[in-house]
Amino acid sequence: MLAFLLALASAPAMAALDASEMLADPALEARARTLAKTLRCVVCQNQSIDDSGADLARDLRQSLRARLLAGDSDEEALAYLTHRYGDYVLLEPPLKPATWVLWFAPAGFAAIAALLALRYFRRRE
Amino acid sequence: MRRLLFLLPLAVFAALGAYLYVGLGGDPSRVPSPLVGRPAPVFAVDGLATADLEGPALVNIFASWCVPCRAEHPLLTHLAEEEGVVIYGVAYKDKPEAANAFLAELGNPYRRIGFDEDGRAGVEWGVTGVPETFVLDAEGTVVFKHTGPLTADAVRRDLLPALGR
Repeated sequence: MLAFLLALASAPAMAALDASEMLADPALEARARTLAKTLRCVVCQNQSIDDSGADLARDLRQSLRARLLAGDSDEEALAYLTHRYGDYVLLEPPLKPATWVLWFAPAGFAAIAALLALRYFRRRE
Repeated sequence: MRRLLFLLPLAVFAALGAYLYVGLGGDPSRVPSPLVGRPAPVFAVDGLATADLEGPALVNIFASWCVPCRAEHPLLTHLAEEEGVVIYGVAYKDKPEAANAFLAELGNPYRRIGFDEDGRAGVEWGVTGVPETFVLDAEGTVVFKHTGPLTADAVRRDLLPALGR
């Protein structure tokens, strides 16, 4: 049982990435790893392509590395993938008018609540 | 009127609840394709490249190992033979021999077939799984994407109108 739990706990450490995929240039490889962690494995939804062992995640990792090798900046490499898979491929939704509600609603609700609370307590005094 | 203000939080909660509840019913695997409204992506695999595509046409991503592809195959055959729809096939992550054997068994509805053994063309098309079917208009612009096996309903409701019929 303990061995099983340990195996579970160490599962994320067994990276999906295998050595043959890595780029020879360590700086480029580090950028690829950082970017891969922000990209969704579109068939497994809540895993990054860096974590996922899915076939498609491996393809996306390879495409990402190919873009970086071709001299793309981080933004260009991400744009390459969002042009094909949409913003959905980004684990963190981008800030744009369509996502304002998503980003600002929690703070908005908190502000409204604070305002109402303030008014309520003022009146009681 | 002032009293009714007490109902406001309840109304907001109900609206939010309804909105989120509807969202729960959505299928998370149905993601709109960013390709829709843009020219067909640039790709070149053995047997098929972007320049070969002449719209209006369908681009069908399939594989011999894909069971739903088998299910949608009669519909593709019907579209090609009875309706005269031009269909290009991309054999995704499939060995050419296996794809050819699949078509020898079920019939070949495709004008041309591209063999995308390593899935590179799949990435260009933003493919997440097979089958997927794209509709190209006369200018070669992607006008519709169907994810998953085609159904007679989807063909009538989405594909044929997107093809301009």
